[in-house]
Amino acid sequence: MKALIPVLIGLFAVTAQAATPNEILAGYRAEAAKNNPRYQSSAELGAQLYRHSFGVSAKMPSCSSCHGDDPARGGSHVVTGKAIQPLAPAANAERFSDPAKVEKWFRRNCGEVLGRECSATEKADFITFVMRGR
Amino acid sequence: MNAAHLLAPLFSMFMVCTAQADDLRLPAGAPPAFQSECGACHLAFPPRLLVAEDWRRVMAGLDRHYGDNASLDEPTRRAIEAYLVENAGKPKKLGPSGTAAPGEAPRLTATAWFKRKHHEVPPAYWRHAEVRSPANCAACHKQAASGSYREREIVMPGGRRWQD
Repeated sequence: MKALIPVLIGLFAVTAQAATPNEILAGYRAEAAKNNPRYQSSAELGAQLYRHSFGVSAKMPSCSSCHGDDPARGGSHVVTGKAIQPLAPAANAERFSDPAKVEKWFRRNCGEVLGRECSATEKADFITFVMRGR
Repeated sequence: MNAAHLLAPLFSMFMVCTAQADDLRLPAGAPPAFQSECGACHLAFPPRLLVAEDWRRVMAGLDRHYGDNASLDEPTRRAIEAYLVENAGKPKKLGPSGTAAPGEAPRLTATAWFKRKHHEVPPAYWRHAEVRSPANCAACHKQAASGSYREREIVMPGGRRWQD
């Protein structure tokens, strides 16, 4: 039994990180509402953001360049060709389940595609769109 | 002490004796970040495909990683570099390393070994929409993710088998 304790603590540490897409979305909505109390996230604005060609990176002009036009279907990395699993939580349960991972990839990919960090408003719109699907 | 403990050393000796060029399974001891960071954008490449010095050069320039910013926090960067260097390929086997452009980090697709292994691949295949890059091992080596590169597992663009 003593040997099991570290395992149980480990399991707890892992599950403590877990969240649902709705919880993660609620976090960004709350942050966006600080600037605009009437803010409501929009799947339409999220879809525009997802498909807009920012032209910052020649190879990766938009989110959809790598993630595919339909977030429920996935895509492939435009440079390496590696298959990218769907972003939509309905199609891929791993998505938007770890807040730190979500933040990390927003930071990295917004930098790559938009040339800057994304705002909480943009992140909330993006997740609303991805959860709704095309 | 059970059977597994007794058999493990025998099993590893067997694996060492039978290790072949088509067996590129990842050596044990990879930090978790090796898959989650490196393996997010491309296959988590077998460390044996570059020599230690080349891995050090790749890991020293992650902010300009073949056109991408793949920066990591320093402890993660160090852990991955240590794993790659410890399990790196032998210079004698890989031959001279190479780059795609002057000043760029070495590429594991530009070693003499890699080029020799792929010299029969028609150039158009590398540019095919399903392939895109010679570093997309899994495009043709269908079991690359599990480290197996047997010829009979190769399926090229258009569904052609290697030995057709």
